[in-house]
Amino acid sequence: MTSTRTKLEVNDYFLYYGDFKALDSISVEMPERAITAIIGPSGCGKSTFLRSFNRMNELILGVRTEGAVKMESQDIFSIDVVELRRRVGMVFQKPNPFPKSIYDNVAYGPRAHGIRDRAQLDEIVEKSLRRAALWNEVKDDLHKSGLALSGGQQQRLCIARALAVEPEIILMDEPASALDPIATLKIEELMQELKEDYTIVIVTHNMQQAARASDYTAFFMMHDDRSGYLNEFGPTKKIFTAPENKETEDYITGRFG
Amino acid sequence: MVDKAEIMMDTVAQTSIQELRSNIARRHLIQKLAFGTLWAAALAAVGMLLAITFYVIFNGFQVINWEFLTTPPAGGLGGEGGISTTIVATIYLVGITTTIATPLGIGAAIYLAEYASEIRGARGVMKTVVNVVRFGVETLNGVPSIVFGLFGFALFVTTLQFGFSLLSAGLAGACLVLPVIIRASEEALYAVPRGLREGSLALGATKWQTTWKVVLPAAAPGIITGVILSVGRIISETAVFYVTLGGSLRMPTGLMSGGRSMALHVFYLATETRAFDKSMGTGAILIITIVLINLTINILSRRLSARLSGG
Ligand SMILES: Nc1ncnc2c1ncn2[C@@H]1O[C@H](COP(=O)(O)OP(=O)(O)O)[C@@H](O)[C@H]1O
Ligand SMILES: [Mg+2]
Repeated sequence: MTSTRTKLEVNDYFLYYGDFKALDSISVEMPERAITAIIGPSGCGKSTFLRSFNRMNELILGVRTEGAVKMESQDIFSIDVVELRRRVGMVFQKPNPFPKSIYDNVAYGPRAHGIRDRAQLDEIVEKSLRRAALWNEVKDDLHKSGLALSGGQQQRLCIARALAVEPEIILMDEPASALDPIATLKIEELMQELKEDYTIVIVTHNMQQAARASDYTAFFMMHDDRSGYLNEFGPTKKIFTAPENKETEDYITGRFG
Repeated sequence: MVDKAEIMMDTVAQTSIQELRSNIARRHLIQKLAFGTLWAAALAAVGMLLAITFYVIFNGFQVINWEFLTTPPAGGLGGEGGISTTIVATIYLVGITTTIATPLGIGAAIYLAEYASEIRGARGVMKTVVNVVRFGVETLNGVPSIVFGLFGFALFVTTLQFGFSLLSAGLAGACLVLPVIIRASEEALYAVPRGLREGSLALGATKWQTTWKVVLPAAAPGIITGVILSVGRIISETAVFYVTLGGSLRMPTGLMSGGRSMALHVFYLATETRAFDKSMGTGAILIITIVLINLTINILSRRLSARLSGG
């Protein structure tokens, strides 16, 4: 853990899908340049919570929120959403490269933000692909379709695509759940390198992955009478060795969920 | 409890095995009958279509030659001459209708598929308007084409005084194929995975950039299919042009020229002349054109699935 400066801060945050309360009074602070894992049973609101940081939930009709989400103490709702999403990148559960060439996939973001210079784009594409540990595998066919890559490569392409717009935070929603164990390990290694420069928040279904790859863990829970809430948050080591909550312990030892 | 369940399962199993034995021959027979009936129906349907196609092409080919394609029709009861002016008129019509209907149709489809569904608070007026538009498109798709013709005649030919002209016919034809293009484009847009849109938005691209740079290119083969489909529709349309284009045999020279499309020529030759063979000849060329169009559509849709799966 290189730093303990707070990057993301959530305060008494609620999210409703129409009448359905999906997140119930979440308060948490996530440190900069560290990996925070979000774990918890299916449907407890992990994805919903993750998508709050880049305001992707706004795309869904009928979503309403209460409370504060701050990035470096600035209310994210006061930041222009286009700028916010440049600063807060996202990698999705299912690799979703555009049906374009590898080059155009990575150059997409910079172009959307107005970079036209070919030499500059070339440089960004190479740098991002190197950073995503994909350059050596694709440098000779940058003009091949991104969809022609393997699942693991596609996911790293999506990471490169996110890095190309120089984000500060990378959100990952079960980025390895569709990948084989070797590709999964590659993504985890990559995360360790990326946390030197980026703040990473990752949703994962996989306890070992959270234990192995993260610095902090947020355990989400829900009950019949209470929807998604934060049950426990702390350094991963502590959560996995000496959790304060009985429920946390039950969950990580696989007694339910 | 356990015993009871086991006993019940036993009885059920026994009766079903007995039934199976006594049924087996009958079930095979029914299967054969059903299969045979379906096969006969398919054979009859395909046979009928092939018969029509070959009849027209076989009879038609006897009059088709270079001269037939390149000389203008002479008119009169004998139906002398070729079909050159009708080919030109058809090409003009296709050009005018697609130029008008394509941007309008795609624009409407983008609005319906990408923007209308997101109107926030969507209360009242706007939502109703969108639903009415969608219902209208569905309905227009099923309206007999002569109704579009009458509308075109009333509005373009008489009220706006464009007369019997390529302009009137092109505008009426555009109305006819608009629903085709809107429907095909809307479907193509819906088929674009949601993950692509989210991927683009999550990079900080605006909604419009996402639509223009990601969604439209991904949907392009489907949209182009719709446009080509409407080209086929224009080539084979008769009723609309009967009441908007007139029947002039002269070579069209501009938007205000009247004219006669190939399909319309088939109709005139068959009903007003003795040149039934030439009617067949023109029909054969129409059939071949439509076959080529359908082949193009097949290739395009195969390319669409290839593109969306990484080929
Ligand atoms: N678009 C949506 N509309 C309505 N309810 C939703 C929507 N997305 C998720 N939910 C509900 O919100 C809850 C949390 O979902 P989600 O954040 O996807 O959970 P997780 O990622 O932990 O499995 C679930 O009960 C889910 O059914
Ligand atoms: Mg999820």
